[in-house]
Formats: sequence, C-alpha cells, structure tokens
Amino acid sequence: MNRRAIRKALNLLALSLSGLATAIGLFFLGAILWTLIKNGVAGLSPKVFSAMTPPPGSSGGLLNALYGSIVMTLIAILIGGPVGMLAGTYLAEYGRTSRISAVIRFVNDVLLSAPSIIIGLFVYELLVVRMGHFSAIAGAVALAIIAIPVTVRTTEDMLNLVPQGMKDASTAMGAYHWRTITSVVYPAARSGIVTGLLLAIARISGETAPLLFTALNNQFWSTNLLAPMANLPVVIFQFALSPYPNWQQLAWTGALIITVSILILSVTARIVVSRLSPAGRR
Amino acid sequence: MNSSVVTIEARQAAGQRLRERVFRLATLAAALLVLLLLGGVVLSLVVGAWPALSHFKFSFLTREIWNPVTDQYGALAPIYGTLVTSALALLLAIPVSFGIAIFLTELAPAWLKRPVGVAIELLAAVPSIIYGIWGLFVLAPILQAHVQPALIAWLGPLPVIGKLFQGPPYGIGVLSASFVLAIMVIPFISAVMRDVFETVPDVLKESCYGLGATTWEVIWQVVVPYARTGMIGGVMLGLGRALGETMAVTFVIGNAHRIGSSLLAPGTTISASIANEFAEAVGDLYTSSLVALGAILFLITFTVIAFARYMLMRLERRALSNV
Repeated sequence: MNRRAIRKALNLLALSLSGLATAIGLFFLGAILWTLIKNGVAGLSPKVFSAMTPPPGSSGGLLNALYGSIVMTLIAILIGGPVGMLAGTYLAEYGRTSRISAVIRFVNDVLLSAPSIIIGLFVYELLVVRMGHFSAIAGAVALAIIAIPVTVRTTEDMLNLVPQGMKDASTAMGAYHWRTITSVVYPAARSGIVTGLLLAIARISGETAPLLFTALNNQFWSTNLLAPMANLPVVIFQFALSPYPNWQQLAWTGALIITVSILILSVTARIVVSRLSPAGRR
Repeated sequence: MNSSVVTIEARQAAGQRLRERVFRLATLAAALLVLLLLGGVVLSLVVGAWPALSHFKFSFLTREIWNPVTDQYGALAPIYGTLVTSALALLLAIPVSFGIAIFLTELAPAWLKRPVGVAIELLAAVPSIIYGIWGLFVLAPILQAHVQPALIAWLGPLPVIGKLFQGPPYGIGVLSASFVLAIMVIPFISAVMRDVFETVPDVLKESCYGLGATTWEVIWQVVVPYARTGMIGGVMLGLGRALGETMAVTFVIGNAHRIGSSLLAPGTTISASIANEFAEAVGDLYTSSLVALGAILFLITFTVIAFARYMLMRLERRALSNV
C-alpha cells in the first residue's frame, strides 16, 4: 500500500469515527426520550392534572407538584428576569468598557457554571435558617439566583447585536441614554431578550438540587408561600427512588411532562431567534 | 411668555436627567448585585463550614470516616468520588465531543448541520434529574447485565488495572455515575468545540487543502493546533459541569462513604452526599460538615471554571487581533 492510500484510509477512518460519535450523541437523546415516552405515557390521565400526590399504594396525580413548580418558576423569573436584564443592560450600555464590567462578566460566568446545589446551600443559610423552616419563597429565590446569570449573559449578547448606528441616530435626536435604551435598543433586541428569558425558564424549571433543602416538598395542596411547597423535580426524585409502583409510575409521568415542556421551551426559543431577528441568526 | 417656555423646557430637561440617573443607577445596582451574590455565596459557605473545619482542622480533608452516630466526619471519600467520576466522564466524553464538533463544522452538509446541532443542544437542555432516573432504571441494568461482567472477565485478571474491575457487578456505582456524567457533558463540550472550530479562518484551511491535504490532515494539523486553547477551555467547562452535577449522580452512584479500589463499587460524591443527607442532617456538626463539603466543591469548581474562562478569553482576544 502506498503512502497516498494510507493517508486516504486514515482520512476515511477518522471521518467515519466522527460520524459515529455524532450518532452516539443522537442515540442517547433518542434513548432518553424513548424511555420517557414508553414509561410516562402509560400514566398520563386527566387524574394526573386533577389529583394530589398520593400516599403509597393509592392512586393520585401531580396537581400540587405542577402548581408548585409553576408558581416557584414564575416568582423566580419575576425576580431574576428584571435584575438580569438591568445588569445585562449595564454591561452592554453604560459600563461597556469599564473595569468593573470585566469583573462582573467574569463573576457572572462563574455563577453561570457554579453547581446549583451550592446555590441551594446559600439560600438555605440565607433564608431557611433565618425563617426557621423550609418555604416556597426560599425555593423561588434559589431558582431566581440561577436564572439571573443566564439572563445577564443573553441580554448583554443581544443588546450588543443592536447596530451602533441606531443608537447614534437616537442620541442625535437629543434623546437621553435611558430613552435610547428603552425606546430603541430594547425593542430592537426584544426577540433576543425574550429568548433569553425562555432559556432561563427552561433552565430553572428542571432544577432539582437547589429545591431539595429550600422548598423541600409537601404532600398536600398548599398555596402558602411561607410553607414548604410540592414541586415536580423533588417529587420525581422522591417517587422514583421509592419502592412503590404507583409512585414510580407518577415519577415517570412527571419526568415526561417536565422534559417535554422544557424541550418545547428550548425549541420555541430557537425559533424566536431565527425567525424574528436576522441579527441573532447563527 | 417666552420665559415660561424656557422654564417648561428646563423642567423637562431636569426630569429627563433625573430619569437618566435613576435608570443608570438601577442598572448599576443590578450589575453589582451579581457581585454581591457571589460574595454572599462565598461568605455563607465559609460561615456555615466554620464549625466543622475548626473542629476537625486539617483532618477533615484527609479522613475517610463519615459517621453521623459518633459525629465523626471526613471529606476524603466524597472528594475522591467527585474527582474520579469527573475524570472518567471526561475520558469518555472528550473523544465523542471532538467527533461531534468535527462532524458539525467540517463534514455535515448544510441541511444537516442545523438539525443535528439543535438535537445535540437539546441533549444539554434535558434536566439532570431525567438523566438520573434514566441512568438508574435503564442504563444501570444494562451495564450490570452486559458491560460489567465483560469488564470483570476481560480486564479483572490483568495486573494493575485489574484492581479497578473487581467485585460483583452492582449496576450502580462509580463507573455508572461516570457514564451518565459523560453523556451529560458531551453536549457542553461539543458545543464549545464547535464554536471554537468555527473561529478558524477559512484561508488557513483552504491553503492546507491546496497543498493536497486530506480533510483529516487539515483538521489535525491546522484546525486543532489553532483551536487548542479554546478546546481546553471547553473541556474545562465540561469538567466544571461534571464536578458539580448532583441529581444524575445521586441516582446511580450508590451513596457509600468509602473509597473502593474498584470502579464497580458504590461510592459517593460531594454533591450527592449533600443532596442525600442535608435535609435530614441532625446536629450542628453534621450540617456544618456537609456545608464544608459544599465549600470544597465550590473551591474546586471555581478554580476549574476560572481556568476555562481564562483559556477561552485568550482565544477570543487572538480571534479579535486576527480580524
């Protein structure tokens, strides 16, 4: 075999392996989704959305857990969204080149990749210890702290995509900087910012670790934000590891619901980016 | 009349200036809150960990014992488990991620690029608890029935590395946890590698092709050397993920506070210990020891993430200077 043939063979081998690697990645996505559908669909019934989490052995649903997850995610995004957007605005507009912005960007990146269970410990020390008990609001704060760095990052990136000429035009009309930001920059970057918020919601709605010792869990219907509140991830965790078949079934169904919602959110976010703002296209 | 117009204008301008100042301060306050959050995290970890650290001193890091009954705690087993599972996960994930990144940037036809890229990114969006129950109910039984017996039979008798594959195939354990972690970090590493590969200037690749190089030679001799720092950054980000990952590991590692020489034996990691025990921990020393574990984890991940960001920042700067 001459040198050329060896090189060609090596090339073919390497490229086939890279195709194989991609197939492996896609295979695991398919395998996980298939497992969820196979095990989760069996338990899907109107009762899942209308009954409370049951004691072992009797039938029930996930209503209180769904409610708790939605409420805590909403509160978290209502706190984390505006804070993240304002901080991102500072980084992209007012403090674009200042030294403190470089530090904030770095710290934000650290928070973005910090283990979520550490955030749970922080909120435990901050709120749960002081209040003396677990509570839904502590869970929501933990989720908000996880949402903030995501929002900061996407907001800054999206605001940076707004052409400088548009801002200059607004400034030339005599607008103050805040007016330029709220009336020109925000509308131009709206779809990008919405995408960031959707991604933040997708990120926090599946988080389990930070809720384990902040919101804890609650077997009953509760709307009291100052008391422990049921939530889907922790219920899945508890039920999946239980020896009771009816609990395990509910865990699979809950897992299916949560994954499908998150995948829909992520795909929607991507569609928003590619459809509405040509600047955001990758 | 003229003077009243002037005062209205002046008042409007003053109102604008006030709003400008308020808005600016609001954004600055939000940005500073990010700093405050990190400060708060560090402070609360140090304060919470202090009782355990001052009680056990340095021996907290070097002892394997973890006994809530006698109130004796040492962090060695979780630290060991965290490092070993993450290292093994990277070992499995790096080649696959590299392959995916190569496929997405150099091989895939344009119509395939986007759907495959999105599918890999969706793998990253799946919450970690889903990986956990999938690992426990699907992957662990498969590993137990097919993979682990083969490993024990083939690798067990070998000298040195045979030690890693001893004992019964439990299904759950260090190896299974590493496997699940590997699947979890693949999308993160391959996404960064893909982005980094895309920064390689086409001119460089084309000149190499022009010399008659095959695609693989272009990748290995042009793309990889150019993108090396970014690739290391991406791997480090993946490592940061793996080190701190909680739910996926908690399901499949077996939660045993000991250091087994075999990869098939159950073990524990820092995050799994905290997740399992924190809500039920009784006694100040117990709770404080778990927070101390958290502080150690934070220190490790902080170092890794900071290093990753530094590498990626260096690459960004170079990409800018090339333009």
